[in-house]
Amino acid sequence: MFKILEKDNLAPQVFRYVVEAPEIANKAEAGQFVIIRIDETGERIPITICDANRKSGTLTFFVQAVGKTSIEMSLMQVGDSILDVVGPLGNQSEIERFGTVVLVGGGFGIAAIHPIAQALSNTGNKTISILGARTKELILLENEMKNVSSEVRIATDDGSYGSKGFVTDILKEMIQNNVVIDRVISIGPLVMMKAVADLTRQYEIPTFASLNPIMIDGTGMCGACRVTVGNEMKFACVDGPEFDAHQVDFEGLLNRLGSYLPEEKESKERYLKETPAPCQLEPVSNI
Amino acid sequence: MTDTKNQKLGNKIPRTSALEQDPEERSKNFQEVCLGYTPAMAQLEASRCLLCKKPKCVLGCPVRVAIPDFIKLVSEGDFIGAARKVKEANSLPAVTGRVCPQEDQCEKHCVVGLKGEPVAIGKLERFVADYERVHGKEALEKVADPTGKKIAIVGAGPAGLSAAADLAKRGHEVVIFEALHKPGGVLFYGIPEFRLPKEILEAELDYLERLGIKIKVNYVIGKIKTLDELMKEDNFDAVFIGTGAGLPYFLDIPGENLNGVYSANEFLTRVNLMHAWEFPVFDTPVHAHKIVAVVGGGNTALDAARTALRLPTVEKVKLIYRRSRDELPARIEEVEHAEAEGIEFHYLVSPVAIKGENGWTTSIQCVQMELGEPDESGRRHAHAKEDSEVFIETDAVVIALGSGVNPLISKSSSELKTDSKGHIEVADPDVNLTSKKGVFAGGDIVTGAATVISAMGAGRKAAKGIHDYVMSLTK
Repeated sequence: MFKILEKDNLAPQVFRYVVEAPEIANKAEAGQFVIIRIDETGERIPITICDANRKSGTLTFFVQAVGKTSIEMSLMQVGDSILDVVGPLGNQSEIERFGTVVLVGGGFGIAAIHPIAQALSNTGNKTISILGARTKELILLENEMKNVSSEVRIATDDGSYGSKGFVTDILKEMIQNNVVIDRVISIGPLVMMKAVADLTRQYEIPTFASLNPIMIDGTGMCGACRVTVGNEMKFACVDGPEFDAHQVDFEGLLNRLGSYLPEEKESKERYLKETPAPCQLEPVSNI
Repeated sequence: MTDTKNQKLGNKIPRTSALEQDPEERSKNFQEVCLGYTPAMAQLEASRCLLCKKPKCVLGCPVRVAIPDFIKLVSEGDFIGAARKVKEANSLPAVTGRVCPQEDQCEKHCVVGLKGEPVAIGKLERFVADYERVHGKEALEKVADPTGKKIAIVGAGPAGLSAAADLAKRGHEVVIFEALHKPGGVLFYGIPEFRLPKEILEAELDYLERLGIKIKVNYVIGKIKTLDELMKEDNFDAVFIGTGAGLPYFLDIPGENLNGVYSANEFLTRVNLMHAWEFPVFDTPVHAHKIVAVVGGGNTALDAARTALRLPTVEKVKLIYRRSRDELPARIEEVEHAEAEGIEFHYLVSPVAIKGENGWTTSIQCVQMELGEPDESGRRHAHAKEDSEVFIETDAVVIALGSGVNPLISKSSSELKTDSKGHIEVADPDVNLTSKKGVFAGGDIVTGAATVISAMGAGRKAAKGIHDYVMSLTK
């Protein structure tokens, strides 16, 4: 059992948890994930580790309450325990002195890119973080990102904060203004990571995307998280989660990631019907 | 039924068939197919054993169960004594009595089988284990005095559990580290409920815990701890690696990323470990397919096919195998069960592409095969006939072609030598010692995919090596 020590609601449907897991925290590095299962009938879901505090023995991660499990989690309180947390899984982000690194975080993905920005900044890189979301209130961790980035730029779809448009608009403008970029890392919705990859491919800027496909065991046994990278089959849990974004078959991944949407909908509706008014939740696409 | 006591009837009476659930009925439920023997049936079957002085059956058993000894006890009606006799060599008899390929092991060597049907050793083993469990007289074997030595077992599958039991009985402190949230390995996530009820597995695991073995779940060695950390920081004197098979093989043909395509591992894990057949009561779903095609001919393929058949929406299951019925690597009992349940077998066809519409599988494109001469493995070589394309309609494809290795541990320890495919190499095959001091390994991670009992055999062998090794250490 893994006890929830802190819980905050940072944006509509976005929750931050600090969980007691000293052994995992002791080993976790930027870019890795855990798999959690909240109770005996629960599913195993992969969640990016957003911070690991070795001193306090805690892990921080974010959950967006969009499906049955995440809504159930959003109702858990400080003092409650998560049944299973296993990790740290996946490979850590490559952290070296690359020069100038652009970190693109979309919506919920901002939480996942924060530890990578921090590690890259600590290694002496110039880090430019581009954060994007549909609207202002979904821009997460702006101050935290400012603390670990040389520069932060913001875009919102509706123009309610930062510049109106997409993260790729800002990235394109930077490239056209001859900002020298040595590496790009993007984490966010698949369509965003694909757009980033399509853009930087033209300019041959090394670009990595952190993928979050369907996963069950997360330790290299089930093969559900397979993804085509450069015409080769890779497994996100043991080969990833970060891959050369120029080589990733995003279309195939998008198709597979959406395959359980009807079942997810059924599960969520059943849960909401059985659970007396948990909270007012609006539908949000999670891909 | 004491009149059959030690009669050595051999072939004078036919082999006793075990009770089974009706095929029509069972193809719609997940309850166990084979219902085993009644005490009278067990005694009758035991009376067929010739109680050979130099039993060949024992040599066919990877863990060397004293077969005639326990069968003699069965014929005398001492079922509890028989169960304890089996447990001297085999820590999971209710499991192996159900999943061992006895026809290729103990029963293959049975003298009664030379001129008829061999003694049903597997069914007897199952009977005594079940009898002991149900009658609540499961006594613990004598555990040796504590040695003060600590042993880490990585992976709670057949190899690890077997090694752990032997080591605990010798008085060592044993901790098993399991990556998943449930111990059992393939016995839990792979072998379906209708072949090995989870309740039985849990009872066997409970027995191991009563031997003093600790099992830590959710613990991925290689990630949360390295082998060196286990030995240097956590003071384990030796480590046994039994992490089993790893990444599933796919066909490497177009269309494998379509929706509705699974590895057998994924399909079985969803259903067995995650209870997808009870969705939405359990959160993990499996798609509502009507037709499921399974590619492969081994036990896992048969398990996947028969599991698919039991899902509520599935109307038809097709098994696609590139050779013919004679070459199927699966146990004949499983093949017969599958046939009786209505699985459609498509022999001599080999997939070349998976076709789909709107991202979902619609059919498998295959070529027809012909069999040639036996190759070095003794199996007849299969080759494609020209212009022999066929399309097999299906909305799901489960690929059961075996697995490669899991790279997590060897990746985290440079001293551990592996072969070109990533299997851990054993430097001393007599005791399954690896190239790293104090580290032993056994099961699929060493040999590649094999059987439950061969992994248990490797676990026992390593346990002996580990015992000798730790007792030679001066602390």
